[in-house]
Amino acid sequence: MDCYLAGLCVFLAGAVCLGLLAVAASFTPPRPRRSRRVNALGAGCAALGCALGLGGAAGALLDGGDAALRLPWGLPVGAFALKLDALSAFFLLPVFGLGLVCALSGGMALRGVRPAEHNLAAHWFFFLLLLLGMAGVVCARDAILFLLAWEIMSLAPFFLIDFNDGDSKVRDASWVYLVAAHLGAVFLLAFFILLWQVTGSTALTIEGCAPLTDAGAGTLSALFLLAVAGFGAKAGVAPLHVWLPEAHPAAPSHVSALLSGSMINAGLYGLLRSLALLGGTPSAGVLGALPEWWGWFLLLLGLATALLGILKALGQGNLKRLLAYSSVENMGLMFMGVGAGLLGVAAGDAWTALLGFSGALLHMLNHAGFKGLLFLCAGEVLHAAGTVRMELLGGLQRRLPLVGAAFALGAAAIACLPPLSGFASEFVLAMSLLDGASFPGVERQLCLLFTLAGLALVSGLAAAVYVRAYGATFLGEPRTGFAANAHATGWRGLWPLALPAAACVAGGLFAPYFFDLAAGTALTAIPFPHGLVTDLPDVDAQMRRSLAMVSMVGGGGVVLAFCLFAARGLLLRRRGVLREKTWGCGYQASSARVQYTDASFSEPLARLFAPFMGLRTRGGAPEGIFPDRAAFSVAAPDRLRTHFFAPLFELVERVCNACKILQHGKIHLYILYILATVVGLLVWGLRP
Amino acid sequence: MSAPTAFLLQLALALVLAPLLPGIINRVKAMVAGRHGKPLLQTYYDLARLLGKGEVISRTTTWTFAAAPGVSLAAALCALALLPLGGVPSPLAFGGDFLLAAYLLGMGRFAVMLAALDTGSSFEGMGASREAAFSALGEPALFLAFLTLTSLSLDLGRGVADAGLDVRAAFSLSALFNGDMAAFWQAGRPELLLAPAVFFALLLAENCRIPVDDPTTHLELTMIHEVMVLDHSGPNLAMIVYGAALKLWFFAALVAGLLVPPLPLWEHAALSVLAVLGIGVAVGVVESAMARLRLTRVPHFLGVAAALAALALILTQAR
Amino acid sequence: MITLTSLFSTILFLLLLNNLLLLGAPGIAPLIRLTAFQGILLAVLLLGMDHALLACAIFGIKGALLPGLLERTRRRLATTDEPRPRLHLGAGVFTGILGLVFSLWLETRLPILPHLFPPLLLPTALTTLFCGLILVVGRATAISQVIGYLVAENGIFLLGAPLMAAGAIWFELALLLDIFVAVFVMGNAIGHIGETFDSIDTGRFRSLRD
Repeated sequence: MDCYLAGLCVFLAGAVCLGLLAVAASFTPPRPRRSRRVNALGAGCAALGCALGLGGAAGALLDGGDAALRLPWGLPVGAFALKLDALSAFFLLPVFGLGLVCALSGGMALRGVRPAEHNLAAHWFFFLLLLLGMAGVVCARDAILFLLAWEIMSLAPFFLIDFNDGDSKVRDASWVYLVAAHLGAVFLLAFFILLWQVTGSTALTIEGCAPLTDAGAGTLSALFLLAVAGFGAKAGVAPLHVWLPEAHPAAPSHVSALLSGSMINAGLYGLLRSLALLGGTPSAGVLGALPEWWGWFLLLLGLATALLGILKALGQGNLKRLLAYSSVENMGLMFMGVGAGLLGVAAGDAWTALLGFSGALLHMLNHAGFKGLLFLCAGEVLHAAGTVRMELLGGLQRRLPLVGAAFALGAAAIACLPPLSGFASEFVLAMSLLDGASFPGVERQLCLLFTLAGLALVSGLAAAVYVRAYGATFLGEPRTGFAANAHATGWRGLWPLALPAAACVAGGLFAPYFFDLAAGTALTAIPFPHGLVTDLPDVDAQMRRSLAMVSMVGGGGVVLAFCLFAARGLLLRRRGVLREKTWGCGYQASSARVQYTDASFSEPLARLFAPFMGLRTRGGAPEGIFPDRAAFSVAAPDRLRTHFFAPLFELVERVCNACKILQHGKIHLYILYILATVVGLLVWGLRP
Repeated sequence: MSAPTAFLLQLALALVLAPLLPGIINRVKAMVAGRHGKPLLQTYYDLARLLGKGEVISRTTTWTFAAAPGVSLAAALCALALLPLGGVPSPLAFGGDFLLAAYLLGMGRFAVMLAALDTGSSFEGMGASREAAFSALGEPALFLAFLTLTSLSLDLGRGVADAGLDVRAAFSLSALFNGDMAAFWQAGRPELLLAPAVFFALLLAENCRIPVDDPTTHLELTMIHEVMVLDHSGPNLAMIVYGAALKLWFFAALVAGLLVPPLPLWEHAALSVLAVLGIGVAVGVVESAMARLRLTRVPHFLGVAAALAALALILTQAR
Repeated sequence: MITLTSLFSTILFLLLLNNLLLLGAPGIAPLIRLTAFQGILLAVLLLGMDHALLACAIFGIKGALLPGLLERTRRRLATTDEPRPRLHLGAGVFTGILGLVFSLWLETRLPILPHLFPPLLLPTALTTLFCGLILVVGRATAISQVIGYLVAENGIFLLGAPLMAAGAIWFELALLLDIFVAVFVMGNAIGHIGETFDSIDTGRFRSLRD
């Protein structure tokens, strides 16, 4: 706890300094040297705070003890109450771990920025605020403090996304983000007000929420739906995900990595915490009292989100948009895990319950690792080639070998391939659903097992998506000058990537230890019913054994692959390797333009899933004996945004415009309004 | 003889005999077509010849291309080592190992697809694109077929839970494919026969056999797997060819594991090997009797497999 | 060894498989063949239930006569290809599987006498009924809609099979005869429609509504 608080203090002190510097910078002429110093200060503060916080969180997880802090608070409602328990510490790991990597990597990326264009002090000010907000959200134990931290966490990215504010698309994206963040916050506000009304206190502790036991089923369900809407909007669950693919590509890459790997986790955290509060009242003592449909709702919502996310990712031509949609997919998988956990609790199945919750937690941790890595690699590509549109790239593996290798590692991990981290968490999730066969009632069994088949489809599609992303960007010949003239970054700019890369490998090869962390967190954070508690250690031990075998076979596979590679080297040592042109089936005048592009790669799947992917094609095949020039392009805009949210907001705008009839600028009528209001209030107040 | 030794012997036998399987398929096809055909041991000759050669690789390629065949072969070897052979459980068996085996094969495919894209050839890109699409669509069918077996095995496991046995070992390949399932369809549960049928269909799809892909055609435009490996040569091509043979053996062993009833050790082992080779004959017959589907029809083929697997799963649960 | 129960469950399983195949069959010819196969399966089922006479009648009418009639109609029509079905074939099969799950669920909820239905018979019957209705809704041509009605009727017949007392056989036979006549008339009518309008796509019948 001390380390954690020290980290927060560093953020706060850094934010104050940088805030002052930012104000000062806007009054003085820009100077490159000062800008570099500000950059170093900002990145250094963020990195130092994150390193301290990471130590604190890891210490809290390993000790297992809770630590709490209460400070005097000037406001009439609420309290400044922080608590670092297992769930908070677990969610702090990606916040601080990825925060550290992003701060270092961002510091290097922004070194060469021209001070006349960007106010770096302001950028780092908001970056520190974002870290502060995220660290505050997961530890706040009071509704008011939570909302305050939540608002800081939600507002800071608006300014971070708007970094390249010269670009109108970036400005649009940051506005979309702001609107979405506030609509989500409205649901949360409603959630906390309702909670406050029922419990009579703003404390977010199990004791504080004790009166919930007496609340009716209707109230509980309303609370649940509000929580899903509010936290789901932050997590990017369909159909509230529309802001995510706009905001994440527009932000600078170290920011998008942090948003995608850490910030959206706050949604999952909020959901888990509120489930623990809603179901974990001490007298009932159990989560078992929660209605079963909550579990089904989350499970199916998660599956739909995952399928939608991965199919939309398959249609994207922009690498960063693809990664953003893939975040939607992964959030869907986590929600599936939470849903399975709730169902396991409702059915009294310890296996499904524990593995569902811990699978979601483990996947969250792993996702932070590989998604951070991939976004940072995409940032390097953008920096080196000037674009992340895959159809313009290709052949970057030769030009940026280290970035390419890191991206390949991240892609294999996120495509859930053994022996990397993504497989370990998907394995836990799949195992939790596998026990659906022993649920009561044939419809429940089949629903869970078919969900597992859906999970298999998602992971198959994820493999296709990432073969496409890595292949089109890094492999083959450069398609245009963007890729051909890409300039390499040395290892000096890339060493921060070693941490998430190591996390991808370690998450697979040391899966049992990571599972221990996740399962331990789930066991302490989720109030499992007494009936289940006796079975849980057994489940834990069995899963540990399985994961140990997974790691062993995976490690064996790695060794075997190296041996085979070495054997090939030995065989070829004397004979040598001849380098020739790629076999073009006899056609000599081939060019880099005939390579398969990202769009052509996904064509067989697009033919099948086009309605779900929302593809828009322009142009067509050349026709006739002497065809003219032809052009063909495919795009996958978000239909939900253009066909649902845009008309909805236009409708709201029309309604609001219609209300303007009240605001006509005639003062005497305004005074009439006041009179009418006073009279109305008098009548209402004096009624018998 | 102890179980691990018996398993290792059978694994060695599988590793030695695997290249025979493509030979059998080719011979059956040749005989049906009235030709004499290649020698049965042709794949062995090919492997020996390729291992003795140097390599010619494209100037475009990077380490991805050089490393992919080793990765895919290692993945296939690991997957095969998880499978019970001849009714002897694998020493590596654990609850949920079928997931690992399925994803290991996925890892192999991933590496080969990347190697194909690494050459920058449009033909190989085409192959990779089709492979990615069809393997993604095959995944649900594979899982549904496995789920049929796990849920049946979980049903059986309920009884022994009290005896202190590990219930979730029911989720292991060694429990699913040890021959117990054969006793069930013989006892009047015909829906369980759908599982081997689905695995056979997936064998055809995953190993690029005829209704899905034609490994012998000379037109690169119509191929899937063969076109992906156009640029490989020498030891790397040998690894790919051997890896493909192992993958074929893996799927054939899945089907055989469901069809061969439990028998004493050596009879079971011998019958299993014979069944695997018999499946090679069956593949040859299918290849002779059917034409390659149009590429747009391949998803229908996989959809039928998935629907059959779903039916099997539903009926297993309904009992 | 093949016991009576295992024969029974095999036939029910084949019926279910047949239903899914019907939903997935692309053309009219395979639909007719599958209907014939379904009739034969029903006959074997009845044979297993010791209704030999009815089994023969079913075999004759549902297994041979009706499919023969439909086949004759199909040949008389110039167009053999089924136009694009209204419901995508895959969606049809998927709906059929959902129907099966629903009937399994229904079996656990319906208040029926225990041991009245052998295991799996009720879900099979209901699924057959659903599949017939899906065919009617999802297919475009009149002839495949007739097949849909036939399949639905098979489902109803299957539902009634265990309830049949000895005396009800004549009633069932009369019903069969009715259906036979209906299909005969429909077959001729479709033939005439096809000759007059060059199409039996029911979607186009809409233009006749005024």
